[in-house]
Amino acid sequence: MTLRRILIANRGEIATRIIRTCRRLGIETVLAASEADRDSMAARLADRTVCIGPARPSDSYLKVDAVVQAALAARVDAIHPGYGFLSERPALAQACEEQGVIFIGPTAAQIASVGDKLRARAQAQAADVPIAPGGAVGSTAEATVLARSVGLPLLVKAVGGGGGRGMKRVERLEDLPQAIHLAESEAGAAFGDARVYIERFVTRGRHIEVQVLGDGYGQVIHLGERDCSVQRRYQKLIEETPAPGLSESCRHRLHEAAIRFAARMAYRGAGTVEFLVDLEHEAFYFLEMNARIQVEHPVTEAVTGVDFVAEQIAIAAGEGLRLRQFDVRPRGCALECRVNAEDPARDFQPSPGHVRAVSWPGGEGIRLDTHVEAGTVIPPFYDSLLAKIIAHGADRDAALERMWQAVAATRIQGVVTNLAFHSTVLANREFQAGGVDTGFVPRLRERAAISVEVHLA
Amino acid sequence: MTLTAKDVAQIARLLEESSFDELSLELDGLKLTLRRSGAATAATPSEPDAASAPAATSAAPAPSDEQTSCVRAPLLGTFYRAPKPGAPPFVEIGSGVEEDTIIGIIEVMKLMNAVRAGTRGRVVDVLAQDGALVEYGEPLMRVSRAVPA
Repeated sequence: MTLRRILIANRGEIATRIIRTCRRLGIETVLAASEADRDSMAARLADRTVCIGPARPSDSYLKVDAVVQAALAARVDAIHPGYGFLSERPALAQACEEQGVIFIGPTAAQIASVGDKLRARAQAQAADVPIAPGGAVGSTAEATVLARSVGLPLLVKAVGGGGGRGMKRVERLEDLPQAIHLAESEAGAAFGDARVYIERFVTRGRHIEVQVLGDGYGQVIHLGERDCSVQRRYQKLIEETPAPGLSESCRHRLHEAAIRFAARMAYRGAGTVEFLVDLEHEAFYFLEMNARIQVEHPVTEAVTGVDFVAEQIAIAAGEGLRLRQFDVRPRGCALECRVNAEDPARDFQPSPGHVRAVSWPGGEGIRLDTHVEAGTVIPPFYDSLLAKIIAHGADRDAALERMWQAVAATRIQGVVTNLAFHSTVLANREFQAGGVDTGFVPRLRERAAISVEVHLA
Repeated sequence: MTLTAKDVAQIARLLEESSFDELSLELDGLKLTLRRSGAATAATPSEPDAASAPAATSAAPAPSDEQTSCVRAPLLGTFYRAPKPGAPPFVEIGSGVEEDTIIGIIEVMKLMNAVRAGTRGRVVDVLAQDGALVEYGEPLMRVSRAVPA
């Protein structure tokens, strides 16, 4: 069926991003917005905005019945959940299935099975995809026994989590109970599921993920990998494709493993299979699958020319996969910098506030996904992402150089941002050489590294 | 802009090998500041100085408050008294606390930040409601500085 009208159950840059593709495809958009986002850029771009509740996510963006009610009232054909919020809550997909509204994403059962990280681990094993040592946490005593066999350092992770939230690193066994306690509270508040599990921490690892598209009937293609190793507190800051310095055989094995995992469950829509690559051994472990569009999808779009929102919509409309594996021919390299309202000098504390003035970069090879302009208020209730700068070039050096210039040309006044952090990383020799591990950002801060601030005067 | 990221990496190396902490450069309509991060940390050791910090805080409150101190919100966000909904609160009135005892959580932009007592003593009053939006510096709890039994 042709989708004529879509409800966007999200906010911020991803809402504006989805609206752009819908416009190009001639699809009407209805934005489900909280009170705080009534005057947002997305609200202005959408054909219609429906206010679904107060600013607090639990009273609006996380309310399944409010979102479904808005969809029914606006008589839309489908709901696009974006990322975060309800995108990976089976309840929304389930409610859509019951109400006859198309959910642009996987089935409720697929979301549930990858959303439960312990079940996902079991599925990875069944698909012959390697996993890191670890397992479920019961009592403190059981956890301690398991921790001894897994070895330290280890990670406490949320069973219902993802994207690094609810994740705690434990160096000493005596710190385990408190880490579990905090992780449980974070997980409970963020995902409505307080269960946690533990997993071995790979000290020198790279975070590499593979983008896949599935038709829901067992056909799955991959669209290459992304390296997301530049992270702090398990939140990605810079992503790039292809992953630099990876052997072709390792790259190929990652792609194949991702396809095996997704094909085994007849995955439907766009998804990402995340791996941790052990640098020394070129071995890799399955981390999780993200059953949604990913924040960093634009780097893959830049090199493949594929519009992921358009493909998601086509799959949801029953058109299946419009691309075959050999149609996917990545060109060049692309990087993404996430510009956040946060203060690197204060341990990346979020810095909500009022944006007084902005000046965004542009030009050849530069793409900007944002919801921020002069006058935008950044409320404390949501994430701190202001914009994503994507730079594409014929090779990594060219993309990096474009990104460096784009960051220098960016100015944001009124809120503290991490722009200086980005220029510091881009001018760092280790990063320029390519292939840093996830310990790169912490190391930058530990040793007396040179910080770099750059502005166009 | 003619100064490339690679050029700046070279300049950073020069600064690294020099005895200077900071380098500012203006050319081609471009303003560049390179700073040794050790330079920033060199200024901070005076702040967490264990000896001077408690002295400073005990001097600040009004004379009548000499025996109690406020635990204030370190940042704006939603305050939670318990680790998860339905769980017992981290502390109650009467609980003994150490400097690093967690007394609550503040959620801001989806991040959970543990709030620590910052002082040794006993909770005598809980000022902020569970689930309330608290502003930076808002008093959350009152702690008597009497040594816990």
